[in-house]
Amino acid sequence: MCDQTFLAITFGPCDSCSENRPLMNLYIKTEPINYCSLCMEIMACQGLASGETLKSLKAESETLRKKLEEERKKLHDVELEKVAEKAEALGELNMKTRRTLKGHGNKVLCMDWCKDKRRIVSSSQVCLFTLMYMGLDNKCSVYPLSLDKDENLAAKKKSVAMHTNYLSGCTFTNSDMQILTSSGDGTSALWDVESGQLLQSFHGHSADVLTLDLAPSETGNTFVSGGSDKKANVWDLRSGQNVQSFDTHDSDINCVKYYPSGDAFASASDDSTCRLFDLRADREVSIYSKDSIMFGAASVDFSLSGRLLFAGYNDYTINVWDVLKGTRVAILFGHENRVSSLRVSPDGTAFCSGSWDNTLRVRQEGRGVGRELKQGGTTLYG
Amino acid sequence: MCDQLFDLSPLLFYKIAKMSGSSNLVAMKKVVQQLRFEASINRVKVSQAAADLQQFCMQNALQDPLLTGVSSSTNPFRPQKVCSFL
Repeated sequence: MCDQTFLAITFGPCDSCSENRPLMNLYIKTEPINYCSLCMEIMACQGLASGETLKSLKAESETLRKKLEEERKKLHDVELEKVAEKAEALGELNMKTRRTLKGHGNKVLCMDWCKDKRRIVSSSQVCLFTLMYMGLDNKCSVYPLSLDKDENLAAKKKSVAMHTNYLSGCTFTNSDMQILTSSGDGTSALWDVESGQLLQSFHGHSADVLTLDLAPSETGNTFVSGGSDKKANVWDLRSGQNVQSFDTHDSDINCVKYYPSGDAFASASDDSTCRLFDLRADREVSIYSKDSIMFGAASVDFSLSGRLLFAGYNDYTINVWDVLKGTRVAILFGHENRVSSLRVSPDGTAFCSGSWDNTLRVRQEGRGVGRELKQGGTTLYG
Repeated sequence: MCDQLFDLSPLLFYKIAKMSGSSNLVAMKKVVQQLRFEASINRVKVSQAAADLQQFCMQNALQDPLLTGVSSSTNPFRPQKVCSFL
């Protein structure tokens, strides 16, 4: 069922050239105008006010950049760690490996949990994402997942998305009727699964888009993307507008993940740091790094409460960070090669990491129920 | 559909270049429009944002099995029982 996500027309005849094309929706004095992106470009040119030259525009962009920086600085009245000083300490974690899944004959590049919480879909070389397949042929296809080994999956494959360069990420949107893809061609795009039609494209990254994450369902129709241009952009799914942009990383952003409340997101980068960006404060609020960590981070995910941030690194380790205090609470070994992907299960009881060592590991907090967060609380073993 | 778009784009760029004198100008205009948009959004103080992030953690901490541990009866990944003295 389509919820009210797409009240605006996203595909159809352009109000200007009347060709059937993907439409950009904009409002001029509350009057909705549906122009295709090409006509929009033309209008943008015509919209150049007289006297606007390259020089004047450059000057304005500099002024705006300065203004933005000042505004963000003005509101930076305290550090997140300072606010969290009084928060209870986490105590020592006791993460236990519950399963080591072998079976791949090659690097595990991608994994995700099925919605029944117990099964995991993983892939090597090509990426299976719940029911999706991202090929190296710039296409995204949907497969009906089946546990029946005799079934010919290839016959049931359905091509949905098509980019002009490799696909780096894809996810079903909350309606399940649409998929969102990110690509090396520098764009993200929203597609209708049934018809394969392009519903909206998102332009704004100046290099490969490497990752995307959809906002938690209750919090609205936005998603965040990260790319080789070191930028993380937040987008409005409906209008295609780039609503926020964060550029504090020093290298490629490999993974982005929304904080469970939807008010912030974390990123993992080749600059060997993970960072937390608050959307309402419109700035970076924490950096998770250590001098001893010198390799890039490939993947991040939050625990259900958002207190723990799990991050997989190219130095084969997984670091667990206290999101509020900015400190590392655990370092997990076990993988014998890069940790390429990491996901907390939908019910929050476990997390799974996939690695270039061809294995997946499922880990859980090892203490039984009754562990309390307060220091001196009881600890029961299950 | 995609092919059509690509066929059209050189013509479009020619049109744009003719109209505006330079496609650089269009790109710059886009940058400025984006910056204007970003400069106009409302922000809250970091102290407020941080307090809200912390509150969310605290409210949900007890329902976070990766913090509290999992009760063994409902755990699909529970370790095999081995007789031992704790």
